[in-house]
Amino acid sequence: MSIATGRTQETGQGIGQSLLRPDGTLKVTGEFAYSSDLWLDGMLWGATLRSPHPSAWIRSIDVGPALKVPGVFAVLTHEDVPGEKFYGLEHKDQPVLAIDQVRYQGEPIALVAADHPETARRAADLIEVVYEVREAVTDPRKAAFDLTIPPVSVHGNLVRHQPVRVGGTFTADVVVTGEYEVGMQDQAFLGPESGLAVPAEDGGVDLYIATQWLHVDQDQIAPCLNLPKDKVRLTLAGVGGAFGAREDLSMQIHASMLALRTGKPVKFVYGREESFFGHVHRHPAWMRYEHGADRDGKLVYVKAEIVLDGGAYTSSSPAVVGNAASLGVGPYEVPNVFIDAYGTYTNNPPCGAMRGFGAVQACYAYESQMDRLAEACGLSPVEIRVRNAVSQGSLLATGQVIDTPAPLADMLRELDAMPLPGPSSLDLRELPGGVAQTTHGEGVRRGIGYGVGIKNICFSEGFDDYSTARVRVELLGDEPHVLVHTAAAEVGQGLIMVKTQIAQTELGIDRVTIVPADTTVGSAGSSSASRQSYVTGGAVRAASLAVKERLDALTADGRSLTQVLAEEGPVEETREYRHRRTFPMDPLTGQGDSHTQLALCVHRAVVDVDVELGLIKVVELAAVQDVGKILNPLALEGQIHGGTAQGLGLALMEEIQVRDGKVLNPSFTDYLIPTILDMPPMKLSILENPDPHAPYGLRGAGEPPTLSSTPAIAAAVRAATGLPLSRVPIRPDDIALAVLA
Amino acid sequence: MDFLRATTWAEALRMKADRPDATPVQGGTDVMVEINLDKGRPKALLDLTPVAELTEWSVESGNIRIGAGVTYTRIIAELADRLPGLAQASRTVGSPQIRNRGTVAGNLGAASPAGDSHPPLLASGAIVEAESVDGTRMIPVGDFYTGVKRHALASHELIRAIHVPVKRGPQYFSKIGTRNAMVIAVCSFGIALNAEDRTVGTGIGSAAPTPRRAVEAEAFLAGNWPAGDLDPAVAKRFGELVAAAAAPIDDVRGSSGYRVHALAVMARRTLGWAWQELRNGGRS
Ligand SMILES: Cc1cc2nc3c(=O)[nH]c(=O)nc-3n(C[C@H](O)[C@H](O)[C@H](O)COP(=O)(O)OP(=O)(O)OC[C@H]3O[C@@H](n4cnc5c(N)ncnc54)[C@H](O)[C@@H]3O)c2cc1C
Repeated sequence: MSIATGRTQETGQGIGQSLLRPDGTLKVTGEFAYSSDLWLDGMLWGATLRSPHPSAWIRSIDVGPALKVPGVFAVLTHEDVPGEKFYGLEHKDQPVLAIDQVRYQGEPIALVAADHPETARRAADLIEVVYEVREAVTDPRKAAFDLTIPPVSVHGNLVRHQPVRVGGTFTADVVVTGEYEVGMQDQAFLGPESGLAVPAEDGGVDLYIATQWLHVDQDQIAPCLNLPKDKVRLTLAGVGGAFGAREDLSMQIHASMLALRTGKPVKFVYGREESFFGHVHRHPAWMRYEHGADRDGKLVYVKAEIVLDGGAYTSSSPAVVGNAASLGVGPYEVPNVFIDAYGTYTNNPPCGAMRGFGAVQACYAYESQMDRLAEACGLSPVEIRVRNAVSQGSLLATGQVIDTPAPLADMLRELDAMPLPGPSSLDLRELPGGVAQTTHGEGVRRGIGYGVGIKNICFSEGFDDYSTARVRVELLGDEPHVLVHTAAAEVGQGLIMVKTQIAQTELGIDRVTIVPADTTVGSAGSSSASRQSYVTGGAVRAASLAVKERLDALTADGRSLTQVLAEEGPVEETREYRHRRTFPMDPLTGQGDSHTQLALCVHRAVVDVDVELGLIKVVELAAVQDVGKILNPLALEGQIHGGTAQGLGLALMEEIQVRDGKVLNPSFTDYLIPTILDMPPMKLSILENPDPHAPYGLRGAGEPPTLSSTPAIAAAVRAATGLPLSRVPIRPDDIALAVLA
Repeated sequence: MDFLRATTWAEALRMKADRPDATPVQGGTDVMVEINLDKGRPKALLDLTPVAELTEWSVESGNIRIGAGVTYTRIIAELADRLPGLAQASRTVGSPQIRNRGTVAGNLGAASPAGDSHPPLLASGAIVEAESVDGTRMIPVGDFYTGVKRHALASHELIRAIHVPVKRGPQYFSKIGTRNAMVIAVCSFGIALNAEDRTVGTGIGSAAPTPRRAVEAEAFLAGNWPAGDLDPAVAKRFGELVAAAAAPIDDVRGSSGYRVHALAVMARRTLGWAWQELRNGGRS
């Protein structure tokens, strides 16, 4: 896909403008080409046989019956993996296809390629697998602490234990404790895992794929196919949302294996149910917190134990644990800290990246604690937070100095000063339960709650985090034109406009085309950690400036830009951009400058709760977020609305229910995400306190609102009901049956 | 899979007689989902959408005869004054797209205990008009549901229409869902007061293997018909009896304990609204 904007700087392009995304209208009208729409004549369809058991030995696999089905071209198992048998983001511990055992329900065991998707699926069902079912390890706290539990992984049952140790005073006048739980949230993107692998004449494969990071896919795919990297070429196909769920591989290696084996293009499209087994989820968390403060509410210490269940394979669990540990006390000044964060292996569904990445779970717990502390100290929720708020110069729990603006107290005051919504009318749509008419006002009580969150932006803990951009200016139809080429994945966040607007701003040329993302240009890093505006934005800016410098030199003799381009040909520069270096956390004390940028968002939630039925209507959400610099106001507001809605989902309804290692609700019938009648209008205040280290002073913006909306809503529901409600999502039962008791 | 398409009702009946294994399709909002999920792949589909007769409703001896092809959207727009309970339930079905296609006949054909039209049909004493080449059977809706997703139709029968009595007093429908739209009922309740006879009809959804009435609650209220204002104790007892009539399970959508509790609350509240409307002479 390419786009041309074609308006001049003077008439309102460049950064700061609400340029419309080229994919927006197409998506709304159903015309956008997603990866699931890819098509080649003569292509085959892939299907995956998955384990019905969370834990079992595989005693035998008989592919014979599947091979006999007319229309089937290939049936593959782990024996057919041409190269390395394992892959993974941080540890290569995930088998391409199960070898002798399965460790989670839905683990891929065998692949089929056939001339019709139905044929492929039916043939997969005919593969005979003999299992010897084992007892599944499903309690993460037992997995972490009980050494008699058999190891799920070759690494044991602990992915990472990250302590944080600061100071030695763990007594205080006011002490509040709490245990909190966060259910397993799903990214619930709309476009299921899909892609097309095309065998190439050079023995390699061209893969068209919806992913978040082309190059890290390439790094993992090539060794498994036993191919050099340059023979595994990836092009980004239309992505239907990501939110972290496309960081790990799904069908990439599988499709490539089948394409190389059959010599034909092979397409995969997971169904909705399969998608729930085809990607990692947000780690469910069990957290114990103790906060100590003086009588004025000033924090003396925080102690915390955080257990995050990573499920069967490592995925990005180590980094998720790192975030939960380093940000485990939140954006507050705490002189004494004692945190233990654990990630576990179990036979539960694998968990990994999701918007907010470890910071979400901790935020729910520490914010719940701040409310308890406020009550214990006789202070308002806003006042307790203001008294402890970090600001520029404060120390994080890791000892890292916040060396950029962090005006949390001001943000809270601004939020507090926003006018509150009036009482709801008796229109059913404004009441809990909506038109399902469960109340005409009976049992409805209002509650207000606050939430504050801090999120690291970009990759942390010493990761070499960079992006690459190639920018070229040339004449097209006698007019100067910019081509921007990066490998950065547009996953719906609006990066195409960010790149366009930066090129416009730096080059002063209005016509910009974004070249499709592929692996013929250097890595852009992942579209995650709210980092692409920063890092790929930085790379586009650097490359644009380099081109500009050459153009300036060429036009110094008085020739026009058009003249220069006509006479000298295109001018092209490629640049890599890196953010400030970060450092590992000390394995024993958690100390270290592990983050490069920190972002704050604060939310106020107003809810109406039918306390007798436990049904909730979120009346209003207000937020203040500091983004350093607004690049595209419309896209930014969309990110804050969307992140807030995802946090609302976690607070009130979104949970993958797992029992004995099995998923009970792998469908959008029973995995509920908020509708427009659940997500209220928002009041937003967006601040621009620049981070001098980042391009234009910008701060990544996609994740922070996902953190703070959940605890704000939970707090509001507590305020309305008077119940402790220590688990999200809050279910109607939790309220109605507790009120009854 | 064979695809049969009937253009007239007579033709539809003949086709169904020839192919009793054919699955009828009205709005398709259940059938197509089942096919997509690869559940019980039908040997044949019998498309009823071209049958014009089915898309009409008429008034017949105090009943509205709703053709099998009348959509929820039309019930909401055209029948809310006469069938308020069914219209309220229709308003809670799915999304606008689903309401534009989905029908009460399809809801009956699917016979899910969670179907939203069932409580108001039970509460108002609706009758299912089933027809085959052998003739017509009038099945009281209470006898229509025979088990989880099972019903009383013979394999060569089709639903021609549903006869729903025009309201004889206030009617309400109430449904619990864990979000505020587009949700399958955790449990639901329909009530229909008959002001002339001093009786009440009830319907419970999603809290037993089939939709069912709360017969004891109905008898209790008829026997304790308030003379003036509704005594809160009567409303409470009514709610308890409704809850007692349910036999819910624990599932991903809610616990049985919650369902029982919520039914009691919904029954008490809806009775309160209905009574108030009655006292106000029809205004809620
Ligand atoms: C997104 C979504 C949301 C939904 N939300 C709800 C909801 O909130 N509440 C709810 O109750 N339902 C809901 N449903 C289910 C469905 O929409 C309803 O059950 C609807 O009433 C079905 O009507 P239909 O005309 O589409 O039926 P179809 O799908 O055409 O048929 C359903 C069944 O009835 C049979 N049938 C159809 N017509 C006849 C006939 N004339 N004679 C005999 N058998 C017949 C079919 O063979 C089939 O078994 C939802 C479905 C979807 C996809």
